[in-house]
Amino acid sequence: MAAVSLSLSPVPVHPKAAPVIHIFANPARFQRLAEKWLPWSIGLTLVTLFIGFTLALVVSPPDYQQGEAVRIMYVHVPAAWMAMFVYVNMAIAAAVGLVWKHPLADLFAKAAAPIGAGFTAICLITGSLWGEPMWGTWWVWDARLTSVLILFFLYLGYIALVNAFDDAHRGAAAGNILLLVGAVNIPIIKFSVDWWNTLHQPASISRLGAPTIDASMLAPLLVMGLGFTLYFVTAVLIRLRGEILARKIRSARFYES
Amino acid sequence: MKRFVRLVGRDLMLALRQGSDATIAVMFFVLVVVLFPFGIGPEPNILARIAAGVIWVAALLASLLSLDRLFQADFEDGSLELMALDSLPLELVALAKATAHWLITGVPLLVAAPLLALLLGMSRDGFGVLELTLLLGTPSLSLIGSIGAALTLGARRGGVLISLLILPLFIPVLIFGAAAIDSALGGLSARPHLLVLGALLAAALPMAALACAAALRQALE
Repeated sequence: MAAVSLSLSPVPVHPKAAPVIHIFANPARFQRLAEKWLPWSIGLTLVTLFIGFTLALVVSPPDYQQGEAVRIMYVHVPAAWMAMFVYVNMAIAAAVGLVWKHPLADLFAKAAAPIGAGFTAICLITGSLWGEPMWGTWWVWDARLTSVLILFFLYLGYIALVNAFDDAHRGAAAGNILLLVGAVNIPIIKFSVDWWNTLHQPASISRLGAPTIDASMLAPLLVMGLGFTLYFVTAVLIRLRGEILARKIRSARFYES
Repeated sequence: MKRFVRLVGRDLMLALRQGSDATIAVMFFVLVVVLFPFGIGPEPNILARIAAGVIWVAALLASLLSLDRLFQADFEDGSLELMALDSLPLELVALAKATAHWLITGVPLLVAAPLLALLLGMSRDGFGVLELTLLLGTPSLSLIGSIGAALTLGARRGGVLISLLILPLFIPVLIFGAAAIDSALGGLSARPHLLVLGALLAAALPMAALACAAALRQALE
């Protein structure tokens, strides 16, 4: 068992010189902390999402123009935020993984990828559902829609690449580089509505950027955003624990054979 | 610099001796474009309207073709490891490989493109811009593609995987390449689009070299 834990520990660093991330990069310590956090994290997620959905679907008023369809936005917008937020997190983890070779950073990116892809899919699907009654079409080749679709493909490409190698380390390293290369898409998504307003059809999404949104609608939006973030934290904790255990089992089998 | 040129020369020589890579890419390019009139119908107006996009998409697919073998042979017979040990930085090795790839697959596309534009009935005003966009755009494709080739070294189903990873990253080049031709055909200035294409190439040069070298190091570890 000693050999197993050795293979999991990060690059040895001098304890005094180590920044905070090195302390949390230890998989064994992470497992202990995650075990304590997880019940709280699950509880908070459920409570926040319950409040958020109540506010969004029941309490908040229908829009004077969009009617009840505006409620789709309370899922769509936070999902879009999360799609980008998760990718940025994965890109940061990828940089950390490449620079300091922390095994936890690689595993984090791997654990977060399907969740991010899920958020992106939710964002695209809800956007499409909202677009049908509002714009009269399921899909427009608008700059922002297209760039989010590219983000979705980047997620899928990353997942495919990480799983394409027999050697898990090689897959993680290749995936990290891809994540950093793909990070150029994030500013493109963020500013697509500003840059291409004149070329493509004017995006109606920018209405959120202006402070024109009423408090009765902003509140559920923010609560839903918080709930989605908490869900992400919880899901990543669970998946990360699974990844660490899976890796432990793999190396235990390797040393047994 | 001398070594860089020699490395490019070596790859060109290998490709020429084999003799198939360049011709296959350009034949594929021509065939894909020729498929469109069959699929869409021989209506000249429609074909002229979609010519720019079709040629660009076909160029993009054609430059994907030989990417999976960009580093594969050198990786398998160990020459890549020798190149990594050499005093020439791995970044420049990657650039040399991408340059050779562009000379082998990109340049023949430049030659074949006007002929295809003629077949599709594109207006004469677009020809110059078509060549310019391909001249500026295809090197970017080779550079970005080299990242994918390096990342998938040693992967299962590497060839399919490359297209999955690289095609989304090709999209900006495609957008501005096709848009430049369309605006030239529409009587507008193609300059802004060409400038963006140039900017993409300028950004891809250092970034692809860095990312590609990092990926090669991971593969050789």
